[in-house]
Amino acid sequence: MNRIEKKFQELKKLKKPALITYICAGDPNLKTTYELVLELERSGADIIELGVPFSDPIADGPTIQRAALRALKKNTSLKDIVSLVGKLRKESQIPILLMTYANPVYQFGVKKLAGSSQGNGVDGYIIPDLPPEAGREIRQEFRKENVDLVYLASPLTDKRRLNIINHNSSGFIYYVSVTGVTGTRVSLPGEVSNQARSLRRLADKPVAIGFGVSNHVQVKKLAADFDGVIVGSAIVNIIEQNLGKKDLVEKVGKFVRSLK
Amino acid sequence: MLPDKNGYFGIFGGKFVPETLMPALAELEETYSRVKNEARFKKDLAYYLTEYAGRPTPLYFAANLTALYGGAKIYLKREDLCHTGAHKINNTIGQALVTLRMGKKRIIAETGAGQHGVAVATVAALFKLSCDVYMGAEDVERQKLNVYRMQKLGTRVIPVTSGTQTLKDAMNEALRDWVTNVRTTHYMLGSCAGPHPFPMMVRDFQAVIGKETRKQILQKEGRLPDYLLACVNGGSNAIGLFHPFYNDDKVKFIGVEASGAGVNTKNTAATMAKGRIGILHGSKSYLLQDQNGQVSPTHSIAAGLDYPGVGPEHSYYKYTGRAEYVSATDQEALAAFDLLARQEGILPALESAHAVAYLKKLAPKLAKNKIIVVCLSGRGDKDMEQIKHREGLKNT
Repeated sequence: MNRIEKKFQELKKLKKPALITYICAGDPNLKTTYELVLELERSGADIIELGVPFSDPIADGPTIQRAALRALKKNTSLKDIVSLVGKLRKESQIPILLMTYANPVYQFGVKKLAGSSQGNGVDGYIIPDLPPEAGREIRQEFRKENVDLVYLASPLTDKRRLNIINHNSSGFIYYVSVTGVTGTRVSLPGEVSNQARSLRRLADKPVAIGFGVSNHVQVKKLAADFDGVIVGSAIVNIIEQNLGKKDLVEKVGKFVRSLK
Repeated sequence: MLPDKNGYFGIFGGKFVPETLMPALAELEETYSRVKNEARFKKDLAYYLTEYAGRPTPLYFAANLTALYGGAKIYLKREDLCHTGAHKINNTIGQALVTLRMGKKRIIAETGAGQHGVAVATVAALFKLSCDVYMGAEDVERQKLNVYRMQKLGTRVIPVTSGTQTLKDAMNEALRDWVTNVRTTHYMLGSCAGPHPFPMMVRDFQAVIGKETRKQILQKEGRLPDYLLACVNGGSNAIGLFHPFYNDDKVKFIGVEASGAGVNTKNTAATMAKGRIGILHGSKSYLLQDQNGQVSPTHSIAAGLDYPGVGPEHSYYKYTGRAEYVSATDQEALAAFDLLARQEGILPALESAHAVAYLKKLAPKLAKNKIIVVCLSGRGDKDMEQIKHREGLKNT
């Protein structure tokens, strides 16, 4: 059992949904990312998603695009981020997933990355441009090393594809709340709960919802229908607003505590 | 017949897209494979290609150019004479007819040089579809005339200021729009790139270039050509010319990509020469990238060749040795532009000028009984302002 599975089981007993928080690694630098991960954990995050910056992030809205640019200016690479997790493991056992596009994974080498992830304590990956049909090789190599590969489902995913996604996803299933890219939204569509119910009926693993979730009210509402709620751009916004300020880490912590 | 059912040309191609787009790709594939053999669809396509786009385009024997080089006979496939001034219209008419069959009312597209954008805007007007075109801010600047043409046709041109502000970033934005509005919108991709089924479908619509060429050269020469020459970036005009000759082993394919300031400089778009296999915009193909898999910025004087990737079928042709890929620099393309203007009275698009440029290396060394067909994919009107500006700078 890896850290992700264990965490969802613990939370299930407590009847609490997982708060999954996203930040882009290397934004504004890796040292701050290190501190931010520890602060996120202290502030109540249950699982951490670390974004791997990519030059062409087609599934991301402007907020995370800008964060990726800041991280790329510091030449933040997948290799650096995996090592960062290795360092973090001396201080924290919080489940950590990396969210990356497919190309950096292939350039690193799939087999090599699986081994390196296992060795450094990276628990899983979310790869938004890798649907199950394209992800077979990566999934097989990751599975050998007990590294999860989380697939995504969207409001347009039909029952046949939901079955494929459920069958192939490990760790949890990432349900994308809206057709669109990452970014905060004032309101989420009403169809979310209907889709969620059919997905939950079908899925034999936890389902977490992300894209557009940005405040306590939304988190609370979604907690009823999902095993986890993912907050990303809203946190990255706080980082952006506090760039260069001494209390950046503290401000992020305060915001995450407000989500609970 | 490639691609296979999963959209692969050997190891290249596939569907690397967000889950949200998977149903749309399935719908497109299903609709296209159903309608493409329908008599009604074929009749509609043939009607618009003939009556509206002006096909067939001539296969012109370039006597002056042939005499100048003193080698192989040079023929020009005149896609520049198509309505809107480039081969791009072949694909947009086809995709517009597919869009209508899917019942979608809005189309979006990316454009580099603006030739695809204009062809999209044109069919949007013709078939009463609402249309937004994404264009890198740098390209908006260097292709002003095409921006204005699109606007006059009723299309909204959205400048893209992210990243390198060229074709790659326009494609990122178009994909983001599609993922958001996929229920009502068709993404009219302009090259034989992107996720399956685009590389296959765009190739099929562009294959009219090669099919006509085959018929015309048999009429004129009684035999097939020895060389087919075309510029390549995404590579839709090249694949359209090459593909119908795929099984004719004696017909050699040469794709000419843009090497900008030179293959061994940073200011290049020579994907085949300098790229490694990678994943961008939905498919696996050769890609200009750094060691960490970040996509490299590119440079070419031709906005339509200024992209770090290449269509997956071209990667397959390179990998298997079916086609050879060479390159031409900005300078060579500009010289070819002037040469074709003076020798044949034809102003080629700067993209097509890259293919013309390679004639200098190929034609003189071939015997007089050899035949080269060059795809003249577009006309150069759109580039006049940029060339004038460049020459103005040189003369001051």
